[in-house]
Amino acid sequence: MSQAIEVCALPAERQPRLLRLLNILTVLALPLGLYVALVHAGTDASQGDVQRLFYLHMPSFFGAALAFGGALLASIAYLVKRETCYDSFAVAGVEVGLTLALVNLVSGSIWARPIWNTWWTWDPRLTSAAVMCLTYAAWLVLRNGIDNPQQRRRLASVYAILAYVTVILTLIIIRIRPDTIHPAVIGPSAVNAQGSFELAATPGVTTALLVNFPIWALLLPLTLLWHRYRLQLRIEALEQRKALVLNAPLRAAKGSD
Amino acid sequence: MLRDPLRAALSIAGKDLRAELRSRELLGLMALFALLAILVFSFALELDRPGRKDAVSGVLWVTLLFASILGHNRSVALEREHGGFDALLLAPVARGAIFAGKLLANALFTLIIALLLLPLLTVLYNLPAFPPALLLIVPPGCLGLAAIGTLLAAMTVQTRARDSLLPVLLLPVALPLLVTALRASNAALGNLPETELQTWLLLLLLVDLIYLAAGFLLYESVLEA
Repeated sequence: MSQAIEVCALPAERQPRLLRLLNILTVLALPLGLYVALVHAGTDASQGDVQRLFYLHMPSFFGAALAFGGALLASIAYLVKRETCYDSFAVAGVEVGLTLALVNLVSGSIWARPIWNTWWTWDPRLTSAAVMCLTYAAWLVLRNGIDNPQQRRRLASVYAILAYVTVILTLIIIRIRPDTIHPAVIGPSAVNAQGSFELAATPGVTTALLVNFPIWALLLPLTLLWHRYRLQLRIEALEQRKALVLNAPLRAAKGSD
Repeated sequence: MLRDPLRAALSIAGKDLRAELRSRELLGLMALFALLAILVFSFALELDRPGRKDAVSGVLWVTLLFASILGHNRSVALEREHGGFDALLLAPVARGAIFAGKLLANALFTLIIALLLLPLLTVLYNLPAFPPALLLIVPPGCLGLAAIGTLLAAMTVQTRARDSLLPVLLLPVALPLLVTALRASNAALGNLPETELQTWLLLLLLVDLIYLAAGFLLYESVLEA
């Protein structure tokens, strides 16, 4: 194995100005989004207050898809260029994506209890979302199971590319499987869909969605991604330094021979 | 010599088949496992006759999936033990050809197990002989299983956990294949309207195409020394 492991530049101690701006924006926007969703938006006539979970449920899936998409692009870039930073970004993408996907699953489950009268059902959409989470959990297991860092990065990149199939599947499955009970928000829902609602029926619903969507689908994932990426760069640099220190006596012994 | 990728792929597949003909290790293992799985399913499900009719395609594909995992693990373990991967990497052939060769052999093994399972299921589940439409579904299904399995098994053999990791990586990614193959088989068995058969068969072929493309593109990155 070649020892020439190129390491990306250690991120500066001080966060870049744009990141600091994102921090402030996210911290301010999250309570604002919650206020609009929980207080400002009108109560849905048929579903009641539980419908408010939707403002968090749907945008967080797109946030997860964005983060997983980042991991996908970073993995492709790693396989082409073989620079460690891309792999570090893929780690950030998968972890942030998995977190948001879990927010999506849990909020959906809580909503489904009163609306579908069950926490969980083996509906195609629900199944594919769960499989998506499991695929990325398997990615984490795979990554932890390989000792050689270059091999770990390479194989994790390959699997991250494959795993994105499950994201696409989850996105399109309510359009190709007509037997789903999961409502579609944009466009017509499936015939069997339970718990659909009209965006225009209640005042404030569209506003609440328009406010919360960029927060959960864009702002929060981007801020988290950036922080996790910086952290991963530091971890990689630490590993590198550790390896150098641990190998120093070995090289000294070799040099004196 | 083997600059021609097609000939290289065929000769790699031929090597695997010859090795199997002499040792009969892989197919024996897979066939025995498949038989046991069917027995276990028939005890576990304890179904009445209409119930069995609904469950049989599920039993078929789940058994095939697990048998193919077993086969893939054994196949890469054999290559590893005998230094086969190193030799293949040294050989002046395209990585895509190596993938195609391994894929062909693995698909053939899975197909043989599938063709063995069909009459067995007919007997043990007491169903009328399998409809010919099923013979349209089984080969692409086996091809897809082999494509994704060949790629992932070459990955997991390089990890610390070795063979125990393959099912964890394979099952979620293989789900689209399982769903389409299952639905198509159910349609072929008359559990679903006939029009469904064509839809799901086409989707199965699409899934196959995605797996094959991913395999050819990514195998090179998996198999690096």
